[in-house]
Amino acid sequence: MQSKLSTLLIICLILAGCAKGGTQPDADAADTAGVAAEGDRSRQAGLDTGGLDGGSEYLEPGMVAGDSALIRETVIYFDFDTARIRPEFSEILAAHARRLSGNPRLSVRLEGHADERGSREYNIGLGERRAQAVRQVLMLQGVGAAQITTVSYGEERPAVRGSDEVAWERNRRVELAYTE
Amino acid sequence: MGREARNPVVGIARVALFSMLLSWAAIGPAAAQLRIEINRGVSEAVPIAVVPFRYDGRGQTPLDVAELIGGDLERSGRFAPMDRNDMISRPGSAREVDFSDWRLLKTDYVIIGSVVEGGQDRYTLRFQVFDVFRGTQVLSYQIPASAEQMRAAAHRASDMIFEKLTGVPGAFSTRIAYVSVTNGADDEQYRLFVADADGANPQVVAESDQPIMSPGWSPDGRRLAYVSFEGGHSAVYVQELATGRRQQVSARPGINGAPSFSPDGRWLAIVLSGVDGNLDIHLINPATGQTRRLTRNPAIDTEPVWSPDGKQIYFTSDRSGGPQIYRLAADGSGGPSRVTFEGRYNARPRLTPDGENLVLVHNDRGNYRIALVDLERSTTQVLSDGRQDESPSIAPNGTMIIFATRRAGRGMLAAVSTDGRVSQTIASVAGDVREPVWSPFPAD
Repeated sequence: MQSKLSTLLIICLILAGCAKGGTQPDADAADTAGVAAEGDRSRQAGLDTGGLDGGSEYLEPGMVAGDSALIRETVIYFDFDTARIRPEFSEILAAHARRLSGNPRLSVRLEGHADERGSREYNIGLGERRAQAVRQVLMLQGVGAAQITTVSYGEERPAVRGSDEVAWERNRRVELAYTE
Repeated sequence: MGREARNPVVGIARVALFSMLLSWAAIGPAAAQLRIEINRGVSEAVPIAVVPFRYDGRGQTPLDVAELIGGDLERSGRFAPMDRNDMISRPGSAREVDFSDWRLLKTDYVIIGSVVEGGQDRYTLRFQVFDVFRGTQVLSYQIPASAEQMRAAAHRASDMIFEKLTGVPGAFSTRIAYVSVTNGADDEQYRLFVADADGANPQVVAESDQPIMSPGWSPDGRRLAYVSFEGGHSAVYVQELATGRRQQVSARPGINGAPSFSPDGRWLAIVLSGVDGNLDIHLINPATGQTRRLTRNPAIDTEPVWSPDGKQIYFTSDRSGGPQIYRLAADGSGGPSRVTFEGRYNARPRLTPDGENLVLVHNDRGNYRIALVDLERSTTQVLSDGRQDESPSIAPNGTMIIFATRRAGRGMLAAVSTDGRVSQTIASVAGDVREPVWSPFPAD
């Protein structure tokens, strides 16, 4: 009896997960009960108790355990005058790559930015270089070119106002914006 | 300037009066008013007197012409107009000019004039310029104008006076385009403005909650090219100022940027990147849609500008590691050759009207400043002293450079003479202003 209930619950949750598709907002990802997709290496959710426990990680197709936290990080930061991806961001990009390659209907817009120093159109170039660096990383990990668009705002849309190192650091970035 | 240094309070009062005149004359949001402050003058500026013009007509004079002419001449950095309160006499006609008075005040030139009402909204602006030392008249002219045309007539008088006394055509009847950014509750509003060269009459040309950048004048002054991010990606537009009608010249995938008109007005040099994000220089003919690719290099190639003879394109490229200025033939023949060698950052070139110098953004010991590069001698002269100076634009008579700077955490405009000796700040009352572009001489 209990195993039939468990199976039923699991089936319902699988169906619910599929209906939501790939547009689950990041904020909700951790709140929904876990779903095991075919071919996924995710752990099984603990569903064999009657009431809802704290819930567990919601993983979209292609994602692995821990990815839902990683994909909440949507800003990649850069050092001055470079488009090199710092090692601390590789895990985050890998999670995004898994998510995107697992759902070809998902698209992402990579918005590149530069800090305010120097000329504006050259900074458009720097922002684009950074967006392209992220694009390359994603494509190398299986994301289709058709799923990615890049745009560079150069220094035109700073995240932080100010003319100091702190502001400049926060403005040298690529933002990942998902679109359907 | 000698006189200004002795009377700073009077100098500020004059600028304040100037600002009040600007706010009367302006059409368009008050938030975009430009206010000009002179902060560094030249001790060799020629001392002159611009005597308040006599008014002969009903009601008030349509304009304090002497105030406008004095302001124009002072902003050029070449002249130091004396304060009207220090004038011993105020002649309104040639007969009334007593040269010994002016010699006492150590004035080199006296400018007098009148505004005479001839009929309904018909005036005549008359002015005369006298050489105090020689005791002779050097210029005498009159211009008919309606009340609305009086500012333009007075600027034209300034142009003529400037040319007579310096040999260089005046640029007081020109305009500037610039971008203003104001912050609403949650987002920015970007506006492209065109104003008179003295900051008066700002008019909104384009407006968006997405960035607007890189305005550029057509050689006939009738159109502005610019980049707009409306719709979420960059595109190049050309807009006819008289009608507001605009054409989307390029909205290709990737970057569309840095439009620059050729001297004959038929081509635009622009920057395209395609999907792969490789910025390169292209030429596009907006009338026919014809394109020609000029650079093919994985480096960032951007910020193209034409030489005055239309034969060369100068541009920024970081193909040697950091941004430097390169030149190549506009017909695509040959390859680019590098023209800047001093410093690790040289970008955003503009040519002086004689084609012999570049004005650009140069990194000077960590500070981004405006510099003048002599192309023949390969020398670099730093002209400004800010930390984030950018977007230089040269007056069509080659005497002044207007550029963007930051003061007190705000984006402002500034101007410096091409020899670096005179400087001014031009602030907006609210918000940031940036990317000033000086129009060509009016085509008339």
